[in-house]
Amino acid sequence: MTRFLLQRLVQSAIVILVMSFVVYGLLGLMPGDPIDVMITADPNMTPADAARLREIYGLDRPILERYATWLGAALQGDFGFSRLRAQPVIDVLVPALGNTTILLGAAFALSLALGLAAGVTAAARPYSRLDYAINFAAFAGISIPPFWLALLLIIVFAVILGVLPAGGMGTVGSHGLWDSLSYLVLPVASLTIASVGAHTRYVRAAMIDTLRQDFIRTARAKGLSGRRVVLGHALRHAMIPVVTIAALDFGYVFSGAMITETIFAYPGMGRLIYDAVMGNDYNLALVALLFATALTLAGNLLADIAYVALDPRISFRSLER
Amino acid sequence: MRGESVFAFARRRFLRHRLAVAGAVCLAVLAAAAAAAPLAAAALGTDPEMADLLGRFAPPSPEHPLGTDDLGRDVLVRLLYGGRISLFVGLVAAVCAAALGTVVGLIAGYRGGWLDAFLMRFTDGVIALPALPLLIVLAAVDLSKLGLPAGLVASEDISLYRIVAIVAAVGWTTVARLVRASTLALRARPFVLAAQAQGAGPLRIMVVHILPNLASSIVVATTLAAGNIILLESVLSFLGLGIQPPIPSWGNLLTNAQELVWSAPMLAVWPGLLIFVTVVSFNFVGDGLQDALDPRALERHT
Repeated sequence: MTRFLLQRLVQSAIVILVMSFVVYGLLGLMPGDPIDVMITADPNMTPADAARLREIYGLDRPILERYATWLGAALQGDFGFSRLRAQPVIDVLVPALGNTTILLGAAFALSLALGLAAGVTAAARPYSRLDYAINFAAFAGISIPPFWLALLLIIVFAVILGVLPAGGMGTVGSHGLWDSLSYLVLPVASLTIASVGAHTRYVRAAMIDTLRQDFIRTARAKGLSGRRVVLGHALRHAMIPVVTIAALDFGYVFSGAMITETIFAYPGMGRLIYDAVMGNDYNLALVALLFATALTLAGNLLADIAYVALDPRISFRSLER
Repeated sequence: MRGESVFAFARRRFLRHRLAVAGAVCLAVLAAAAAAAPLAAAALGTDPEMADLLGRFAPPSPEHPLGTDDLGRDVLVRLLYGGRISLFVGLVAAVCAAALGTVVGLIAGYRGGWLDAFLMRFTDGVIALPALPLLIVLAAVDLSKLGLPAGLVASEDISLYRIVAIVAAVGWTTVARLVRASTLALRARPFVLAAQAQGAGPLRIMVVHILPNLASSIVVATTLAAGNIILLESVLSFLGLGIQPPIPSWGNLLTNAQELVWSAPMLAVWPGLLIFVTVVSFNFVGDGLQDALDPRALERHT
């Protein structure tokens, strides 16, 4: 177990290191540089001033050298300063990370629970009318553009019915729990609908596969009730692939969260990255992207741990490579 | 069933899949409507950029079957022109992604060894990354800093090429894994060994002997990927990073709609509905093709 974790942590560190270099390079390719931003802010700046500033900030040096400087500072915990928020990057990131965790966690749990219920129901009677209907709904959920879904929810619940807020984090001056929750309803609902279709299909496929196996026939032959067989024996077995695929989808879910946060003006990581890239906030964009990557890798690691926990035949040793 | 060709058999199985047939019909209708966009514009006596500031937010009428938008432009004509772009970009990007994935998968599966290990770790890495944030950075890159000619960078069509390249850059992984797995299995089959014994080179074996055997699974994977890719294009265009106005696309038609959601909610409904129908159709058709072309699906139904 320790060896496995160590191996994976080293691998993840390498991925993040490579990512940091790639993203650093890409950000350097974005239009303008920090000095251009200063020039637009200060009309009195002469080209000579700009050149001098570039020298002071080291922007005239080759990219590898600049990257090494950034990396050195970052490894000591200095992620720089956010231009947009006028705060250290880390102070901007931590609250956003918390908000995204709430949003993603709630949507993920809800979607997995609904997907389990629908998938098990569908698999209990494959190719029946009910299975057909669930399959159709799942396909519809997978195919619905997430940002359009969010807009529809806003139109129905905020514009027409006026019962829920269209975006943000809370009403000014109100600190009630209910108030905060009401701002979460639409973002969580739109993220859940966007991922429940995929979860339903995973569960259905895994359950149909499992219900065909010998140990299920044995359980039925023993005289166990259909309910006991499905929920007690088959479900646990079917959960193995489901949990793995669901956790591997984490990167995808994060992308969904980014869309949802942008539309609902929810102050999470996705919105932060979008704002940072659009607003030329290079420090913030770089570190936020690396945090998002780390979050995804952590999700993948959790998938492997769940895999071992659910399947007694698999040990951590067999996952080492 | 005697004397039935492979294609007739697949066609029969596909036609039995009602949702897939419905999807195929929807796609055909959408493609025909998009292709006929100039005709519709001529019939209505307008074009996708003709503004009429006195007739903003007009309700549906004989001149404007779906009404007009915030600049008084005809919504239906803009939707049809947007469809030309969205469908075309989606298909081209899906084919590019499939081609890239096929090349990577073939090389990894046939060559094996360290090259396979490297390519597959790389694929895993791309799959694991949060795609959309990366795409946003990629979409914001200044192409002139990459040394592309200024004339090309300034042209209106650049956003089309850029989005195809970007979407293909993340969309190839599924096909690559699929092709690699099948190639690994086929590599040890007698007909490949026979070709090797006759002195065929690796390129010939990959292209002439292995690729045709993968054709049906690649077609299925590409169809299923096309839906996702159209979604991705619309998301990026919606965020203002994909296809740039004035070229209309279903994604960027929704960009303005969000601000107008309080005054003209229907503007937000139409483009999304078309994206939804297109993606659902691609998914149903892909599912149907899978059943029709994948022999393993046979026992699943019986």
